[in-house]
Amino acid sequence: MINDVILMNGYGAYVWSAFSFTLISFTTLYFVTKAQLLKEQKRFASKFGSLNEQQARTASLQNINREILLNTSKI
Amino acid sequence: MFKYFEPNKIFAITSKAPKYVLFLFVVVLVIGLSEALFLSPEDYKQSDAVRIMYVHVPAAWISLGIFSSLAFLSVGSFVFKNKNFALISKSLAPSGFVFNIVALITGSIWGKPTWGTWWAWDARITSMLILALFYGMYLLAWRIYEDKEQVIKITSMIAILGAINVPIIKYSVDWWNTLHQMPSINVLSNTSVHISMLIPLGIMTAAFALFSLLIFLMKYNTELIKVKNKGLDRL
Repeated sequence: MINDVILMNGYGAYVWSAFSFTLISFTTLYFVTKAQLLKEQKRFASKFGSLNEQQARTASLQNINREILLNTSKI
Repeated sequence: MFKYFEPNKIFAITSKAPKYVLFLFVVVLVIGLSEALFLSPEDYKQSDAVRIMYVHVPAAWISLGIFSSLAFLSVGSFVFKNKNFALISKSLAPSGFVFNIVALITGSIWGKPTWGTWWAWDARITSMLILALFYGMYLLAWRIYEDKEQVIKITSMIAILGAINVPIIKYSVDWWNTLHQMPSINVLSNTSVHISMLIPLGIMTAAFALFSLLIFLMKYNTELIKVKNKGLDRL
């Protein structure tokens, strides 16, 4: 039974390599994209942290800035 | 109408959506893989080699769909002068490129047992390779050019020029004699693929579409945060 699944009538090497390549490509793209997102979120948090009180208050007026900070705090 | 799609308004949704899309993608992918690898029948001619279809065909469909979207968004960017269109296009391109590469590589792997060769310079395969080159140029242009106005113009031109290749890919098997088989699935007429193979194909297509949505959302959020980072510099 397991041999049938692995060998696939002699086409196992082709089928498994095609599926493996696809899944490896997906995993790589997911983690590269995730790493880029985390890097930008951390950059935003560090820049926001270096603002003075007046600048921080101005930046906080924008909803999107508050959302980014909220997501960054969950990292 | 576009005011409802302004980044500031939709970020609250796009920042929360990825975790739900990831969950849905994993569920649909597991069902799709079980169907594609174990439950669907083998082909009477190709035997188990036909299972490669379940990754090759959805990858090709989605890479073509994403490139067509890039072209439409680029036209929209020119007509409406809306920079958000360029941001959406930039976020869609990476997954489109990966799907294109997956379609080429899995097609090559499928070619060996069915045609006896890894590669042939036939119309369908060559036009898909040209699409990969257009994707490559598109992504490279975003990296090379720093001036925002200039890069939007150049990438839009690449997407619009590359879109000429999309119908060529679609009709290449009708217009030329190729090794590639004729289309088996047609929305407007009868499809020659049995329902037992159409179901896993549909599930895998849904899984791939969810994955491209997931990557798009993550990339779009990254681009929005980059814009906001520049905004903080100006304070």
